[in-house]
Amino acid sequence: MAEATTPRLGRLERPALTGVLVREVVNFSSFWRSSTFSSTVEPTIYLLAFGFGFGSLVSRVGGFSYVEFVGTGTVATAVLFSSAFPAMFGTFVKYQFQRTYDAILAAPVDTEELVTAEALWIATRAGVYGCVPMLVAMVFGLNPSWGMLTVPLIAWLAGFGWAGFGIMVAGFASSFENFNYVVSAVLTPLFLVAGTFFPIDTLPTWAQTLAQLNPLYHCVELVRDAVFGFEGWADLAHAAALVAFGLIMWRIAIYAMERKLVD
Amino acid sequence: MSGELAIRLRGVVKRYGAITAVAGLDLNVPVGTCVGLLGPNGAGKSTTMRLLTAQSIADEGELEVLGFRLPSESKAARAQCGVVPQLDNLDVTLTVEQNLLVFTHLYRIGRAERREAIERALRMANLVDRREAKVNKLSGGMRRRLLIARALVHRPRLVLLDEPTVGLDPQVRQELWALIDALRSEGTTILMSTHYIEEAQRLADTVLIMSHGSAVAAGPPAELVLEHAGHEVLEVYGPPARLAEVESEAGAAGMRTRRTGTSISILGAEGNGHGFEGERRPANLEDVFVLLTGEEIA
Repeated sequence: MAEATTPRLGRLERPALTGVLVREVVNFSSFWRSSTFSSTVEPTIYLLAFGFGFGSLVSRVGGFSYVEFVGTGTVATAVLFSSAFPAMFGTFVKYQFQRTYDAILAAPVDTEELVTAEALWIATRAGVYGCVPMLVAMVFGLNPSWGMLTVPLIAWLAGFGWAGFGIMVAGFASSFENFNYVVSAVLTPLFLVAGTFFPIDTLPTWAQTLAQLNPLYHCVELVRDAVFGFEGWADLAHAAALVAFGLIMWRIAIYAMERKLVD
Repeated sequence: MSGELAIRLRGVVKRYGAITAVAGLDLNVPVGTCVGLLGPNGAGKSTTMRLLTAQSIADEGELEVLGFRLPSESKAARAQCGVVPQLDNLDVTLTVEQNLLVFTHLYRIGRAERREAIERALRMANLVDRREAKVNKLSGGMRRRLLIARALVHRPRLVLLDEPTVGLDPQVRQELWALIDALRSEGTTILMSTHYIEEAQRLADTVLIMSHGSAVAAGPPAELVLEHAGHEVLEVYGPPARLAEVESEAGAAGMRTRRTGTSISILGAEGNGHGFEGERRPANLEDVFVLLTGEEIA
């Protein structure tokens, strides 16, 4: 019989991941303009506002010119904005309003593959959009360096973790309103104490300790060191923190979405 | 695979908290036939459909689809199934063709066959001229046709249709019936849930009537009608008080009745009026449906 020879389908199969990715790529082709616009303009505004507004008061921070400091720091901001937010809102819309995930899960795709492919896609976008502030900063005087070539990779890695975070939040949320708590209580504080706009060593010790748990902080530090020179073990630790963040968020996101999608 | 069955359910139970949506359902869908799941809203039809794609996991019972045990081997079964959901979940900002393209990937059609699969689906759904149109510019009927075509790109052996014509005009409904009938004549196995009696009567080889999560009757539509409602029905009209009287008198005489809103239908009234005055008409599946699933809406 034909079905006796059909191989048992496994976990995390490439065709399933490809199927979900193709859907995202085809959809992206219809809205890439607006998405690219907001992902580019937002960090540029931050850069200009802080870089020139604040930069006129403080010319040097931690040994860098303020534009250099903020230009590298806002890479993490761009990553956050192009991963956590689309993951939260996009997942919820696709689940709740467009019922896209019902269609995908009726095909030979499991929740684990669906979540993984979505996170990979968002991470890839974050890897690209994350570089925008750095490129803008280069226009305003940031010097090129070889280490910059690793920035897309760092942005991708951090983006994967934030994508997992966003999908997880959407998986646990019962309504759009729930996102307000997450944005106010989690994302905004993390965003402000990540060393993006001011160095965290000006903060009290307890806040500095807490910052070690902030993935954005590790992203900011790693990007800055990539641009101005790696610092060995410290950067390996930052990279390890981002890898751990990514893995943990990825698994929790799968758990949350399985609960939501399969009853 | 057990004999010739594309779907085999035994004693399937699915509970949501205190609510039992499916309560010990047995279901056979023989290969090459069209089976209609007929039941009122809330009878458990949609839950049954979700169980078949492992989007719901049964609490008890055995489930087999195309010879694969569910939920453990569901993915292999899904690869050979096409699913038409009750609620439209097309990508509305994409074109007709792009929607189909995405599904050729999700259903793992090889690069060499992708083009032809899309063309075939477009022809089948009669959307060849609309291939470039965005889904949000299509009429309701076209969207439904696309939804069906999307489920057929990979030539599935089994197609699951969940309320395929719900909320559509009679004209559009007929169009879809023709499409489903064409599929059936090609030998595709179909399981279709519906609460439209005419739909089940026209398309299904076998009808399974569901009520409160389990099967209350199963068989070819004509046989079900004959068995439960006889050949002929006598419809007695009158004011509500009179109808209640007729109902109790006929009941006392051992006859089955059902309410038709404006009248009381006395079932199995062939050649025998029992003294009631009314209009005679052939018995139909609706008589059986109302008789077996109850007159009150829960």
